Amino acid sequence: MPTRWAECIIVPSGEQVERAFVFTPPLCQRRCRFYSLPSACRTTSPRKAFAALKLDEKPAFFSPEEFRFLQAACECIYPSDSYGPGATALGAPVFIDRQMDTPYGRGELWYMAGPFQDGPANLGYQLPFAPRDLYRKGIAGANHYARAQRGKGFADLSQKDQIEILTAFEGGAIHFPDMNARLFFEQLRRNTLEGVFSDPVHGGNRHMQGWLLLSFPGARADFMDWVNQEGAAYPFGPVSLSGQKA
Amino acid sequence: MTLKRTDVVIIGAGWAGAILAKEMREAGRSVVMLERGPDRATAKEGTYPGSIDELRGAIRHRLFQNPAKTTVTIRNTINQTALPYRQLAAFLPGEGVGGAGLHWSGVHFRAAPDDLRLRSHVTERYGAKFIPADMNLQDYGVTYDELEPFFDKAEKVFGTSGEAYTVNGQVVGKGNVFAPSRSDKFPLPPMQDVYTASLFRKAATEAGYHPYALPAANASMQYTNTYGLQMGPCNFCGYCSGYDCYMYSKASPNINILPALRNDSDFTLITDAHVLKVNLDSDKRKATGVTYLDQRENREKTVEADLVILAAFQFHNVHLMLLSGIGKPYDPVSNTGVVGRNFVYQTITTSRAWMSENQFTNQFVGAGGAGVAMDDFNSDNFDHGPLGFIGGSPVWVNQAGVKPIAAAMNGGGKSAPRWGAGYKAGLVDTYRHSLAMDAHGSNMAYRDVYLDLDPTWRDSYGQPLLRMTFTWKENDIRMNQYVVGKIEPIMKALGARRYELGRLEHGETFDTRRYQTTHLGGGAVMGTSPHDSALNRYLQSWDVSNVFVIGSNAFPQGMGYNPTGTVAALAYWAAHHIRTTYLAKPGPLVSL
Repeated sequence: MPTRWAECIIVPSGEQVERAFVFTPPLCQRRCRFYSLPSACRTTSPRKAFAALKLDEKPAFFSPEEFRFLQAACECIYPSDSYGPGATALGAPVFIDRQMDTPYGRGELWYMAGPFQDGPANLGYQLPFAPRDLYRKGIAGANHYARAQRGKGFADLSQKDQIEILTAFEGGAIHFPDMNARLFFEQLRRNTLEGVFSDPVHGGNRHMQGWLLLSFPGARADFMDWVNQEGAAYPFGPVSLSGQKA
Repeated sequence: MTLKRTDVVIIGAGWAGAILAKEMREAGRSVVMLERGPDRATAKEGTYPGSIDELRGAIRHRLFQNPAKTTVTIRNTINQTALPYRQLAAFLPGEGVGGAGLHWSGVHFRAAPDDLRLRSHVTERYGAKFIPADMNLQDYGVTYDELEPFFDKAEKVFGTSGEAYTVNGQVVGKGNVFAPSRSDKFPLPPMQDVYTASLFRKAATEAGYHPYALPAANASMQYTNTYGLQMGPCNFCGYCSGYDCYMYSKASPNINILPALRNDSDFTLITDAHVLKVNLDSDKRKATGVTYLDQRENREKTVEADLVILAAFQFHNVHLMLLSGIGKPYDPVSNTGVVGRNFVYQTITTSRAWMSENQFTNQFVGAGGAGVAMDDFNSDNFDHGPLGFIGGSPVWVNQAGVKPIAAAMNGGGKSAPRWGAGYKAGLVDTYRHSLAMDAHGSNMAYRDVYLDLDPTWRDSYGQPLLRMTFTWKENDIRMNQYVVGKIEPIMKALGARRYELGRLEHGETFDTRRYQTTHLGGGAVMGTSPHDSALNRYLQSWDVSNVFVIGSNAFPQGMGYNPTGTVAALAYWAAHHIRTTYLAKPGPLVSL
């Protein structure tokens, strides 16, 4: 049995590279129920992985106006409340911006060959748009709708108005020129939640506050001592892939 | 360009391909294995912590097939236009060395004896009139007793953890009372019950059912397998399904078989090799080899071989048979032909219990193959006579490790807000205090549910996509509803604060947007007659005798159990008969 693992994180090209050394305690200690160290990880030489990440950093893909839409809409989907900060403070808009320049954002993970034909909803997505196109067209459609219905762009409305608009989009009765607004809403909801709950290396889940909300311990990934503790709460906070603790 | 001739060419580097490659090398035959995806090694990309990034893993499909290159089209009924499956969701085929065997969970079952001869069994117990007219109910043509040595062999390669009930007819432990007798115990003791599984075990017992530890190809202890390859003890990290197991605890072709072949000079693995077709001689009775696209050089190449093994994922095997002209394509209107016939899936619905606020279910703890199941309503373990449907479902708590993005998408249950005010409250309560219970059931074969080539859409290689015509049928919906009804007493015995039962509804159509399972089956089934099966009982093409087709494509109907254990046993069964009979005298193993 290995007693210590020391590995570099392998991060594929195109993603933020962090190096960390992560140690797991010896197996005999891991089996001890109340081993005092966090059971999966201790970090040496932690880096300030997110020091460079600013919530108002200039978006790489979105225009400032588009980004303002994202900040407002993400915040409606995952709001700041008594449970903790909302999606914007957690960096979900930054996450979405960065995702636009990945194979996913460019539609390289979807079958994008024509012909494109409408069909019943249960047969799935049938539009010729990659995620980055969905956002560009969807944000334009949403702002147009907001101006027509409420006299201002989406980001300039009250949050109450914004929520009403997103609720209408979710309901499926609103159509943008290129797509049903519901499709755009579902894309936005999905990516917002991804941003809140994915590892901070991707730009969201700032200070792991998404994971803290759930009591998800992140990259600890070693629960030999916690297979069955008769319903006791797991006692350790999250660790990120780069070895940071909350 | 044509490569050096080989004795055996194998298409696909998943479980079926790896098993056949090992067996053919033991028989002294040279083997070329073609894999469309990249090479994958646990020691490289499967390491901690890079491999456990949920976004890159289960969400962005690091180990799954990329549909951008090739996918399928899907429709529910024969009069619809099938549309491309553009975004992976309902099922997740693998790509790269290991195939779906690298990202699977590890639940490792043996097929139930009755399920292997379901038509005969149903006819004997309930009469032939019990079978609906549009249901293509069939036998596999092989029995449990014939397969038993190969189930045993596979478990010893996979390092399977479990608890036997009977060995050689003697009760030896607290395993599944409905399971058939075994020739030996499991190679490893059962996985420990996670907290939620222990709650299920207790509640199911109180409800009068017979819970047992799921057989798991997750190593409960250090293990050295038949081939001298090592597995480490599972630490319940929760990254099985969709991931590659940095602990070397979940069985995969990559750690349990291929390391025994990689240094063998008569075994050649070619990756990034997309097979376009199996080449046949002029009268289509013999395969001469295969043609593939070398995706690195963007160049077509041909390998000539005496024996061609199709060991790709279920529907890719069927696709290749249709593209190559192996066997007669199925036509549902005239009810003739066999390739594409009996396409099946699995029913699965999830129910959920919310426990008290001082019970933390720690759902991130888990192992993909582990859990507690009950078979009281699986297979023909209960009297179907008064019920009027065929099939059944095991019910289980199989806590494979719930990650936060997946949890967030599901939110707080059916009645909770999906976003905005109230969303977090429901999500937090559900993540911290709930447990999920599945009814993971059978799916029968029907005359108008099948696979063929799509008339419109093509893959990036210019070949027609495979078309799936599939939806849920009343027999299976009624089966699911019956079994889910039997979960209610467990929910009550659990003392759940509240619960939701998940079930299929009457008239519900198959929805491609929501993950169900990757347990697709049939389309090139094994059987006893070339009129209703594409393969004989040794998984040999009836039409082209030097082609064997290994995979869940051979299942005539979808069983309640997970397929991999049966696929592995069928692979060893076919390999045994190739080794002992076919190689000495090539030709049909079943004469008509």
